[in-house]
Amino acid sequence: MTFLGLPAGSGHLHGERGFPAAARDALDDVQLRRNLGRATATIRAKRAAVVGELPDWAELRAAGAAIKDDVLAHLDEYLVQLEEQVTARGGTVHWARDAGEANRIVTELVRATGAREVVKVKSMATQEIRLNDALAAAGIAAIETDLAELIVQLGHDEPSHILVPAIHRNRSEIREIFRREMPGVDPDLTDDPRALAEAARRHLRAKFLEAQVAISGANFAVAETGTLGVVESEGNGRMCLTLPRTLITVMGIEKLVPTWRDLEVYLQLLPRSSTGERMNPYTSTWAGAVEGQEFHLVLLDNGRTATLADPEGRAALRCIRCSACLNVCPVYERTGGHAYGSVYPGPIGAVLSPQMTGVKENPTLPFASSLCGACYDVCPVAIDIPTMLVHLRGRVTESKGRTPERAVMGAAAWTMRDSGRWTRALRAARLGRLLRRRRALPPPLSAWTATRELPEPPTETFRDWWARR
Amino acid sequence: MTEAREEILRRIRAALTDRPEPAPVVRGYRAAGAITADVELFAERVSDYRATVVRDATPSEVLRGRGIDRVVVPDGFPAEWRPGIELVEVVEEPVDVATLDAVGAVVTTCRVAIAETGTIVLDAGPGMGPRALTLVPDYHLVVVTVDQVVANVPDAIGRLDPTRPLTWISGPSATSDIELNRVEGVHGPRTLDVLLV
Repeated sequence: MTFLGLPAGSGHLHGERGFPAAARDALDDVQLRRNLGRATATIRAKRAAVVGELPDWAELRAAGAAIKDDVLAHLDEYLVQLEEQVTARGGTVHWARDAGEANRIVTELVRATGAREVVKVKSMATQEIRLNDALAAAGIAAIETDLAELIVQLGHDEPSHILVPAIHRNRSEIREIFRREMPGVDPDLTDDPRALAEAARRHLRAKFLEAQVAISGANFAVAETGTLGVVESEGNGRMCLTLPRTLITVMGIEKLVPTWRDLEVYLQLLPRSSTGERMNPYTSTWAGAVEGQEFHLVLLDNGRTATLADPEGRAALRCIRCSACLNVCPVYERTGGHAYGSVYPGPIGAVLSPQMTGVKENPTLPFASSLCGACYDVCPVAIDIPTMLVHLRGRVTESKGRTPERAVMGAAAWTMRDSGRWTRALRAARLGRLLRRRRALPPPLSAWTATRELPEPPTETFRDWWARR
Repeated sequence: MTEAREEILRRIRAALTDRPEPAPVVRGYRAAGAITADVELFAERVSDYRATVVRDATPSEVLRGRGIDRVVVPDGFPAEWRPGIELVEVVEEPVDVATLDAVGAVVTTCRVAIAETGTIVLDAGPGMGPRALTLVPDYHLVVVTVDQVVANVPDAIGRLDPTRPLTWISGPSATSDIELNRVEGVHGPRTLDVLLV
């Protein structure tokens, strides 16, 4: 159920199985855990170093949160302003209520050009709506050009991280994928990252120079000027944004900032939080149709308005997709991204995906966290993910109607409301010591103890001890 | 299409029936003009990206040092920095992508440079050329004058025109996609030289 009954999003936002089952499989994969452990440790150290360099990080972070809250509170006005500006500068703006509508719009736009092949810049929005599948069904090949997306595409795999979709692969696995799937690749290709990057460069060079249509996402859109921005590293983004005659950008409706000046905040927060660099190698910005290109902007809802409707959950829409929260999360580090079943994994995915789909479609994700709070500490736009997770757990419980868990929580609330009942309950809990050899509760409470140690009740309650003194 | 537009706007208004009133935006960070630009810091930060910073030289000397004998020069590139034609075959605009790919080197100016992040920003104006010019060739020499160097990102934002196509460049093309280690040299120019004058 989404908030106020606003329509849910669809696409790559929930898995076939719940998080616990998928995570259990991932935990058995030793290679995966080793790859993730190494990669996240590297990026955590880099982020900490470059964030520590800025004396005004806390002020930037506060401004980054406040600007996004303003955007969300006036989202309709800013979207209309953006549309006016993009249109005035020669671009065409399209609106898509859900994944299916966005896919139809993009497919029609590509068809109109006559192109059978498009080059793509890494984009979470197009992964979310499974655009590549929709294009393939229409006979259009979508070529991912970001190195990690290319590894995922060639490996017939799914992305597992917001920034580095192939983070679950190490260099030798990547070499094997390239040797198997990349036409004309050197059979003696080594697993040196330089050689692998060079192989990707050769593989994509001709595609870039010939492409007629490119599809991108956007990191930012400036309402007052109609300026869009893409932040990247390799230059594949520049290739796609610059060379093809037609550019189609698919963007979630929350990716706005009101003014050009606001980018001075996010262009400091984002690179340091995501790749742990002072600045990413390339950032491109453009307003409308430039340098003779045809430009289309597709504005995507797909569950974002449903997220906006929950006053206690809407701050998740501040997210600028940096992935810092994934890199510090002890749960993500052990399970990897696939276990979350959504294109948005990790802590932010655990709050964003269930809100976009409605909690009924994603009932396990709000529980995919130890609530340690590391995600909140590193979030450059100060999204209080732990508090939001607890709130969403409540929504999951409500959505289930009468369940043993709800009955237990209800009974606990009833007991705790009255101090006499509470004291008696605590004494009764000492009887629980009898359970201490069992280590687990009987059904249906066994679901709780299957993944948790049952704490041993003390021999004396605090209240009894206090009364004795 | 207009139906989708109206419905999304209607959904947003329905979602905001609680009329949220967020706290005002406080810009307590180091805004434009708050700190002084440090050219030495700029040179250091550019070098951190494994770009090469050169001083006390002419574009011709830098190109010769790299063994480059053909270079693309955009319209409006200052005459005094124009590489000597005895060394360099100058290919002027407009050039097609295949020529850019074949020539493999370009020399441009820039609009603004950021000391704190080691970033150079081009706005496709005179001396910089259309965006493809600094993208397709494998080698890019950019001439930066010391008065173009500003302290930080807010200073740069204040100097730039958001309606122009902008390219922010921080070192050569790179990727962190393999085990999150930075490797230089993917699709953009693999060599970036910065001439400070």
